[in-house]
Amino acid sequence: MKELSVNHLIGIKYITKQDIDLIFETADHFKEVINRPIKKVPSLRDVTIANIFFENSTRTKLSFELAQKRLSADVISFSAAQSSVKKGETLIDTVNNILSMKVDMVVMRHSSPGAAHFLSKNINASVVNAGDGAHEHPTQALLDSFTIREKLGDVGGKKIVIVGDILHSRVALSNIFALQMQGAEVKVCGPKTLIPIYIESLGVKVEPNLRKALEWADVANMLRVQNERLDVSYFPTTREYTQQYGVTKELLDSLNKEIVIMHPGPINRGVEITSDVADSQQSVILEQVENGVAVRMAVIYLLASKIKN
Amino acid sequence: MSQKLLLTSKEVHIILHRLACQLIENHLDFSNTVLIGLQPRGKYLAERIKQILESDYNISNIQLGFLDITFFRDDFRRGEKPLEANKTQIDFLVEDKKVVFIDDVLYTGRSINAALTAIQSFGRPSEVELLTLIDRRFSRHLPIQPDYRGRQVDAINNEKVIVKWQENDGEDAVYLVTK
Repeated sequence: MKELSVNHLIGIKYITKQDIDLIFETADHFKEVINRPIKKVPSLRDVTIANIFFENSTRTKLSFELAQKRLSADVISFSAAQSSVKKGETLIDTVNNILSMKVDMVVMRHSSPGAAHFLSKNINASVVNAGDGAHEHPTQALLDSFTIREKLGDVGGKKIVIVGDILHSRVALSNIFALQMQGAEVKVCGPKTLIPIYIESLGVKVEPNLRKALEWADVANMLRVQNERLDVSYFPTTREYTQQYGVTKELLDSLNKEIVIMHPGPINRGVEITSDVADSQQSVILEQVENGVAVRMAVIYLLASKIKN
Repeated sequence: MSQKLLLTSKEVHIILHRLACQLIENHLDFSNTVLIGLQPRGKYLAERIKQILESDYNISNIQLGFLDITFFRDDFRRGEKPLEANKTQIDFLVEDKKVVFIDDVLYTGRSINAALTAIQSFGRPSEVELLTLIDRRFSRHLPIQPDYRGRQVDAINNEKVIVKWQENDGEDAVYLVTK
C-alpha cells in the first residue's frame, strides 16, 4: 500500500517522482468517477476543508471546491476581499480562527511566496498550496503533466516549451520542477525582460525565438500575460508582444508537425494565443480543466488519508 | 502460520457449475441481468461464472462489469494502511436491471454495504442479489446474506479464507490460513 511522502502539498520541489506517480494513478480512478452518471463518492464525509483565497481566482477555486464536494467533504470557502483580513488580522490569526471550528485541511492562495510553507509550520492541519505569489502552484503543474501523460502517453522524454511571462509565473516554476522530475526536457521562451536571470541554473534552456521553440517542442504551454503583476513596462506594447510571442493558426500550420497547445487560463484571446488556436483540435485547454478536478481529488484524497482521527 | 485446504480444484469446479445453474434458474437468458464482480478478488469469480454460462449453457451477451468500492468504504482513515483503489469498469447503466454482485468471500458484509452505495452511481437497479463462493458464517457486522452460496465456512477471527484462481495464483483452491 502506497502513501504520499508528505503531509502537505506546498510545492512540487518538496515531493518525489513516486508521489507524482501515486497522484496520477489515483487521479485516473477519479477521472472515471467524475464521468459516471453520479459523480460523487463518500470517502471524505468526515473531513472538513477550508478554502482560503487571499487572491482572486475563479478556475482554481471552483476546481478545488468541486473536487472536495465530489469527495463528500464539508467545505467552507472564504475570500479575503470579504474578510477580517481587511480589518488588519494576521494570517495565522485568521487561519487559527478557522481551524478552531475543527477544520482538517486548508487550501490556500496567497500573494506572498512562502505563505503556504509558513502556514504548514504553524498550524495543525494539512495545507495545500493553491498558489503563493510567484513561487509555486503545484496542483496546476500536476494537472498539466497529467494532461500531457493522457495525450502523449508519457511525460518522460518529451520536450515542453513554456512561453510567456516566466518571471511572474508560479505555474512556470512548478511546471519546470514537475516536468524535469518526470524526465522531460524543458525550454522557456519569452521577452528577455520576463525571463528570470537564474533560470538556466534550473537546467532550463532559453529560446528567444518562438518559431524555433515550437519546432523543437512536443508541447507548448502558453502562459497568460499577467497585466496585474506588470508593475513596470516589460515590453513596449501588447501588440508587439503578440507579434513576437503570440501563437497563431498560421504559425502552427507552418510547422512540420502537430504540437499540443496548453494554457493554464484565463486566456487573453488574441494576445498569447488567437481564438482559432485556443479552440482548435491541438488545444487541450478544456481537458486541462476537466483533469484539474480529478487531480485535485487525488491530492486531497491522498493527503486526507494521512490525517489520523 | 498454518494452512488447511478447504476446497480442491475439482470441488471449486463443481461448485462454480452449480452456482451457474442456480443463476440460470432465476435469470433465464440474462437479458435483463448484469453481473458485477467486486474488485479486486471478485473479478476472477465473475469472469469464471460468465465463461461457464457462455460455453456450457450457450447464454450469450452477458453483461459483466467490475466495481471498485475503495472510495465508498466506511473505514477510510480508520485503518493502519491507506486504501488502494482498483479499476471500475462498468460500460452500461444498471437502471431497472437485475444486478448480481459477485465476490469471493463474504465476511463482515461491509464491502457489500459499500457496493450497494457505489452501484447507485450507475443507476437504480430493479433488484440486487449477492453470489459468493465462500460464506464465513457468524462473522457478519451487518444484516447481509448471500443469495447464492458456494460453501459455508466457520472460521474464527484470526483465521483468513484465501481463494486462489488458476489465472492469477496458479491453482484453483480455497485455503483456511491461521496467523
